[in-house]
Amino acid sequence: MLAVAPSIFSRLFGGSVRQSTDDDIVPGQKVSRRSTGFSEFIRSISREEGLKVLDLGSTSPASITFMTGLGHRFHQEDVLRTASDKTLIIPNGDDGTTFDVERFLRENLAFSRAEFDAVMFWDLADFLPEPLVKPLIERIQVAMKPGGIMLAFFHTKDAGPDAPFYRYNIASKDTLELQPARAYKLLRIFNSRHVENLFREYSSIKFFLGRDNIREVLVVR
Amino acid sequence: MWKRKEDEHATPGPEQGPPVPAFNPPLSAPTRPPEATRSESLRSHEVATIGKSVVVKGELSGSEDLIIDGEIEGSISLRGQSLTVGPNGRLRANIEARNVILHGRVDGDVHATERVDLRKTASLAGNISTARISIEDGAFFKGTIDIQKAEPAGRLDTKPPASALAAAAPVPASSAQGSLLEPKKF
Repeated sequence: MLAVAPSIFSRLFGGSVRQSTDDDIVPGQKVSRRSTGFSEFIRSISREEGLKVLDLGSTSPASITFMTGLGHRFHQEDVLRTASDKTLIIPNGDDGTTFDVERFLRENLAFSRAEFDAVMFWDLADFLPEPLVKPLIERIQVAMKPGGIMLAFFHTKDAGPDAPFYRYNIASKDTLELQPARAYKLLRIFNSRHVENLFREYSSIKFFLGRDNIREVLVVR
Repeated sequence: MWKRKEDEHATPGPEQGPPVPAFNPPLSAPTRPPEATRSESLRSHEVATIGKSVVVKGELSGSEDLIIDGEIEGSISLRGQSLTVGPNGRLRANIEARNVILHGRVDGDVHATERVDLRKTASLAGNISTARISIEDGAFFKGTIDIQKAEPAGRLDTKPPASALAAAAPVPASSAQGSLLEPKKF
């Protein structure tokens, strides 16, 4: 066992153990969910090893283990958590506020062109600040290789404003484990036309309608 | 079997000894004299600690295990040894070690020849290059993970270091902030 238990640190240094840096996880039952879109996504990236996969969701040990187990390189960047930084809300000059997209993109997602073969976008578009959604999709497009594939989820109109926010963990090649997490608010929904507009610069888009008010989308750069 | 048990009773270890990160001492070469083996074994159990009030700027290197609960800015090189970053540890440094266990916060690349453990209080912004990795639920990670497969004996490792992988030019920021769609009323 390589670990030094936190209690040992308390005794050794007299300090208290810091609480988890991640306050996203909330108690609740994990939900297992079979996903056709995810299954197809995995099939397309299982043909060869050494691909570079970008996960824009919450840090997921299970997903990291799964992807590195396939022989891929894995890049993690928790966009929603980073975008929750309150200092990114700035005055817009009209007695209102707006999201500082320029600063966000300056400080995050600093990728090379055509760096990634696959991207897991999950359902972030429904929860991110609205001004960030389109620039984020544009940046990802630049960072993806031509022919690269992206998996995204969108709530349907039946989901309602109280749809819970989940962290997505990969359980197997066709199953996701949904872990209840901090209550990010569902800010919007996209209909099919909105989704097509969002990805209009990509070469193809494929829809899968799930049973749980989630529309799964596979997009090819 | 019985003989071994007697030996254990004859030389009991200290019950309240200083806590050290568990690790496997390196196997001694069979040709070494027993004295050298014993001294190496003792040395390999040495653990240096940097307490939470200590701030270091510069290059840290060593040949013993290290626990850091303070602040480090620079680089850390513990080839063949283990580094543990305590819950109060704040590192802005690239790390090279055999095993790396994180409870605290690190901004920098981590290269571990054997294993990286991110405990639930850990926060790492940087790239990881290692043979094995373990991340607890609750840990925060931002960066690339590169799992180094064990090379066959006698073959040189030609993979670039994690720091080189990170030196990529950023994609220019988009200036577009236009509204994509109308907010949906529920």
